[in-house]
Amino acid sequence: MALGLGCTARPGKSRENKTGSWRVFRPEFIADKCTKCRMCMIVCPEGCIGEDAEGLPVPDYDYCKGCGLCAEECPSEAIEMKKEEK
Amino acid sequence: MKGDEAACVLFDAGHRACGGCAAAMAARFILEAAGKDTIIVSSTGCMEVFSTPYPETAWNVPWIHSLFENNSAVASGIVASLKKQGRKEKVIALGGDGATFDIGILCISGAFERGHDFTYICYDNEAYMNTGIQRSGATPYDASTTTSPAGKCSYGNPRPKKDLPAILAAHGAPYVATASIAYPPDLKKKVEKAVNTPGPCYIQIHAPCCTGWGFESEKTITIGKLAIETGLWVNYEMEEGKVTRVKKVVRKPVEAYLTEQKRFRHLFKPKRNDAEIAKIQAIADRNAEKFGIDIKLKA
Repeated sequence: MALGLGCTARPGKSRENKTGSWRVFRPEFIADKCTKCRMCMIVCPEGCIGEDAEGLPVPDYDYCKGCGLCAEECPSEAIEMKKEEK
Repeated sequence: MKGDEAACVLFDAGHRACGGCAAAMAARFILEAAGKDTIIVSSTGCMEVFSTPYPETAWNVPWIHSLFENNSAVASGIVASLKKQGRKEKVIALGGDGATFDIGILCISGAFERGHDFTYICYDNEAYMNTGIQRSGATPYDASTTTSPAGKCSYGNPRPKKDLPAILAAHGAPYVATASIAYPPDLKKKVEKAVNTPGPCYIQIHAPCCTGWGFESEKTITIGKLAIETGLWVNYEMEEGKVTRVKKVVRKPVEAYLTEQKRFRHLFKPKRNDAEIAKIQAIADRNAEKFGIDIKLKA
């Protein structure tokens, strides 16, 4: 993409970079244990955990780097980190 | 929580921060608090590099990159231009601790002295992480970095952390605060307060760096909390130069914080260095006394 001097890219264009490929461990969300407290959505450094109509967290694995912060901070242990199988 | 969701995308996914990066969390919290009518001036540093690799950007607000040293000067110009045009956008200058404590302090001092209406936010990961973990004026005592390596003749960084909030409060800044990514609601409240306070305001955000400090990526918040619980980081607010609010804790010994990080490993291996640990405990004790953070438990 050619840009003029001093110009920047279109906003939010980093989405083209799918950082999910970095992942070694994958967070698995256990709906039965989830209390919908939203902690995982707050702490995710990628901001890539959304929610469904019922308020349950839905991770976007295109961007999740598998850092494990959501699982570590989840107060109800509703997220388990599992080795990624490729 | 609808507003929150809309704000979430102001700092987008796909950025190249390390997994578990506190600075990436800070960027999102800052924008969630400041809102979409914000102009970000970012100095060189981790945040700038990981969020805007050419020709991409993770920012969905106007964003401009300055040099290491001059983001406050660039922000000053933007503020002056907005004022002339009668516009109301918030201006936030964003820098790491290297850009803030060392390289940029001249321009920051100038902008604060001139009294521009902007907020300077430093995400403090306590060294130059982007270039390979060199020590900065924000590196704490005894931390091992690539330019203050621990070894036979050294216990790591020989100097204490510079008290930058006090320096900027001395400029007559109406609002100065410290925050931590470990307490997002508190951080967001402080950002909101700063951007809505007329005049130059300063916020320093403790941002633990898993790569530079040496801990697992899922421990970012745990480490941030330990810094506060041991008294080595104090969350406080200063209004008109006076400390008005402090986070109080039941203090833990500093070992609880030090043993979790590789940058302090030399204090425990090959053998425990009681003399140096006592000096770090003394820093925490002084913080506790200065800010009155101790919660006294009834016996």
